[in-house]
Amino acid sequence: MSLLGNFDIAGSALSAQSIRLNTVASNLANAETVSSTPEGTYRARQPLFETIFSDAMHNRENMGVRVRQVIESNTTPLQQYQPEHPMADEKGYIYLPSVNAIEEMANMISASRSFQSNVEVMNTSKQLLMRTLSLGQ
Amino acid sequence: MVISLDNVFGIHGQALSLYSQRSSILAANLANADTPNFKARDIDFKGILSRAANKKDDASQMKATTPGHFGMSSNSLTAQRFYRQPDQPSLDGNTVEVQKEQAAFTDNAMRYMATLRFITGRVQGMMTALKGE
Repeated sequence: MSLLGNFDIAGSALSAQSIRLNTVASNLANAETVSSTPEGTYRARQPLFETIFSDAMHNRENMGVRVRQVIESNTTPLQQYQPEHPMADEKGYIYLPSVNAIEEMANMISASRSFQSNVEVMNTSKQLLMRTLSLGQ
Repeated sequence: MVISLDNVFGIHGQALSLYSQRSSILAANLANADTPNFKARDIDFKGILSRAANKKDDASQMKATTPGHFGMSSNSLTAQRFYRQPDQPSLDGNTVEVQKEQAAFTDNAMRYMATLRFITGRVQGMMTALKGE
């Protein structure tokens, strides 16, 4: 646990947040992906974060964060009657993923803010380390 | 006045290590700002430092009176952690308030810088004394 450890902590957060941004991008990109069955429809993904505890320590120092798993949402896909659509099933229905674009945008902003604040932590730690290295000169 | 090289830096050396410890804790808080059920932590800085400053006449410290006693580590300060009380608790059980943590992190960094300045001053003072110019 020192200033050098801050890079591990903030770095883990950066990678976790970038996975979050990645899922947002994937959800938005696939928001209009049409399928002919409800099962084959794209489902929105959300990462679940958890804290990494360095287990060897006696006083559970919490370190960084990681993505425990990426959860697929279980909301039912939207059913639309479009018999002229090439992907329509025999009854004339197509299925669209129920991706909430507003939710995804809010998620994206939150992820990018968190990313920024962790970059800030890294920058400050770097400055402190550089000043410490040039101590007494 | 006798200057011992051991305590040229006084309390500043210990303070520096404590500041870097605290910066790690605050960095962990910021990293876990979106983790469900994460509880933000901090250390009681003032308490530890004042305990270190008047260690000699501190009655609450355990004393090693026989050789079998384990001594308290004298030059490393062990930081007591506490959980932060959030002003606005969130639904997912996370108690990190990003703006507070950022303020605390910056504050901590500034204090670290100030301590570094003190140490640099001491070093320069010693250099001047040694050179005698």
